[in-house]
Amino acid sequence: MNWITNYVRPTINSLFSRREVPENLWTKCDECGTMLFHRELSDNLNVCTNCNHHMQISPRARFAALFDGGIFTEVKVPEPIVDPLQFRDQKKYTDRLKASQKATGEKDAMLVARGEIGRTPIVACAQDFSFMGGSMSMYVGNAIIAAAEAAIAAKCPMILFSAAGGARMQEGILGLMQMPRSTIAVQMLREAGLPYIVVLTHPTTGGVTASYAMLGDVQIAEPNALIGFAGARVIEQTIREKLPEGFQRAEYLLDHGMIDRVTPRGKLRDELISVVRMLMGLDMAVLADLPAPTPVTATDSAAKGAAKP
Amino acid sequence: MTNYLEFEKSLAEIEGKSEELRTMARKSPGMDIEKEATALDKKASDMLTNLYGSLTAWQKCQVARHPDRPHCKDYIEALFTEYTPLAGDRNFADDHSVMGGLARFNGRPVVVIGHEKGNDTKSRIERNFGMARPEGYRKAIRLMDLADRFGLPVITLVDTPGAYPGKGAEERGQSEAIARSTEKCLSIKVPLISVVIGEGGSGGAVAFATANRVAMLEHSIYSVISPEGCASILWKDAEKMREAAEALRLTAQNLKELGVCDMIIKEPVGGAHRDPATAIANVGKAIEAMLGQFTSKSAKDVRADRRKKYLGLGSKGLAA
Repeated sequence: MNWITNYVRPTINSLFSRREVPENLWTKCDECGTMLFHRELSDNLNVCTNCNHHMQISPRARFAALFDGGIFTEVKVPEPIVDPLQFRDQKKYTDRLKASQKATGEKDAMLVARGEIGRTPIVACAQDFSFMGGSMSMYVGNAIIAAAEAAIAAKCPMILFSAAGGARMQEGILGLMQMPRSTIAVQMLREAGLPYIVVLTHPTTGGVTASYAMLGDVQIAEPNALIGFAGARVIEQTIREKLPEGFQRAEYLLDHGMIDRVTPRGKLRDELISVVRMLMGLDMAVLADLPAPTPVTATDSAAKGAAKP
Repeated sequence: MTNYLEFEKSLAEIEGKSEELRTMARKSPGMDIEKEATALDKKASDMLTNLYGSLTAWQKCQVARHPDRPHCKDYIEALFTEYTPLAGDRNFADDHSVMGGLARFNGRPVVVIGHEKGNDTKSRIERNFGMARPEGYRKAIRLMDLADRFGLPVITLVDTPGAYPGKGAEERGQSEAIARSTEKCLSIKVPLISVVIGEGGSGGAVAFATANRVAMLEHSIYSVISPEGCASILWKDAEKMREAAEALRLTAQNLKELGVCDMIIKEPVGGAHRDPATAIANVGKAIEAMLGQFTSKSAKDVRADRRKKYLGLGSKGLAA
């Protein structure tokens, strides 16, 4: 390592604060260093066209690509009390929250929407790693519960895209308590006989992996996504040995039997449509010739007949 | 030999002096030191009461981790009869950091599960310092399932720095094991009573403590992350653990206010390690009282009660 590699290596900060529409027209792949034209990159769902590295994608961009015709409606999330602990480290938690809200334009680290994929009604949740590391807050817990309730009301499957470093430290024990709370949401779906599909994206670690992100009926991961409980640095310090190549990566977990599939982002939509329709006992969707999506207002009625007890 | 904590330094001096006087007196009979020694004892006892009456969050962390603090094994030996350990997860191994099995609590058959830290170098290594691997959580799942099928209440004793961060643990699905254990806690139809007897370390604790009632010993802690871990991430300085401990609101008193903890169990003056028998007896009384709240509840209600507790969390913050 020399001063050049040190200098150009992207800092954590720049990873966190990257905006969806780059200020300049070029984005550098953090894996292979190729300069990618922003339009080309977003057309490819933020996957590097050179090395196939899956970069972070915002929940909104993901939903736009996921739902038929890019049409979805947001599911309202009950807002929790703000800053229950009056937490302050070097900065006030409320200031960090405001900064993240300003940078992402979102309320918190989870966006919930409903719509159709391949004419199949679903509720989807996507965690936003650029919002305080996607950390699991009371809002995130409420979002998962609201999503499960919406899925149950519409008798449709729920698909969750995870991306988080764990529970939000600034909410202390109440952040941690989203582990049991989100687990209840998963149980509610199970009791209603509705599929719950988890798509693990880079990175998913800590209390998030140790709750709703590992409880899916089907567990799919994006290529090379970091998935684990403890951080690699902590493990290395504890066991005092170097970890193997690819440790805690999606393919490593697949090899160890911890997840069902590793699927590239570009193929996810088709796979989700296929899996969800099979689990719901619906006919195969003819993906090549999809009819135009139904209007947004009709999503409720479109759910009829979709339920299996 | 008492193990003194760093904030008990002046106390150690006084207690040491009084001990010294008494040793001297034993060696040369006729020397009258009683008055002086008693005065020192009084001073020490007052100091102890003062110290422990106003512990800071970080000091509580130290007390909660005190090496002489009674551990899971001590509680099981003192409070339960006919303890019959049941081992293994039927998949890979038996995790010695998790104790568990059938036992009687005040004559009533129950399943008891807890983290055991060990109390000397050998047992600490054997117990992996109370840090469970996936096998430990899967053993707990198996035992909770057993309890559920035979209608036995479950009592969990929580005392862990956290789940073990190891290569094998990750490969065998540490997070999945914790998630399933929490899920099992939520799905069983028998009362689940949890007592945090020392450290409630993050997800490793949640996996056992997602209970109908959670009691905490007066000087125990329960936190999303260790103060040291939080300090190194948010303050970029692991030495700022005092500030982090304060900010995390991890004391039993804070958790009671937030509704996570339902009951605070009093510790003897100077902490559970100064009088383990009293601390253990207090925990016994608390378990009895909490179990009593479920005697007439149906299986369905017991489960609904737990769900309600967790869904309702977060409705109140700490008073400004």
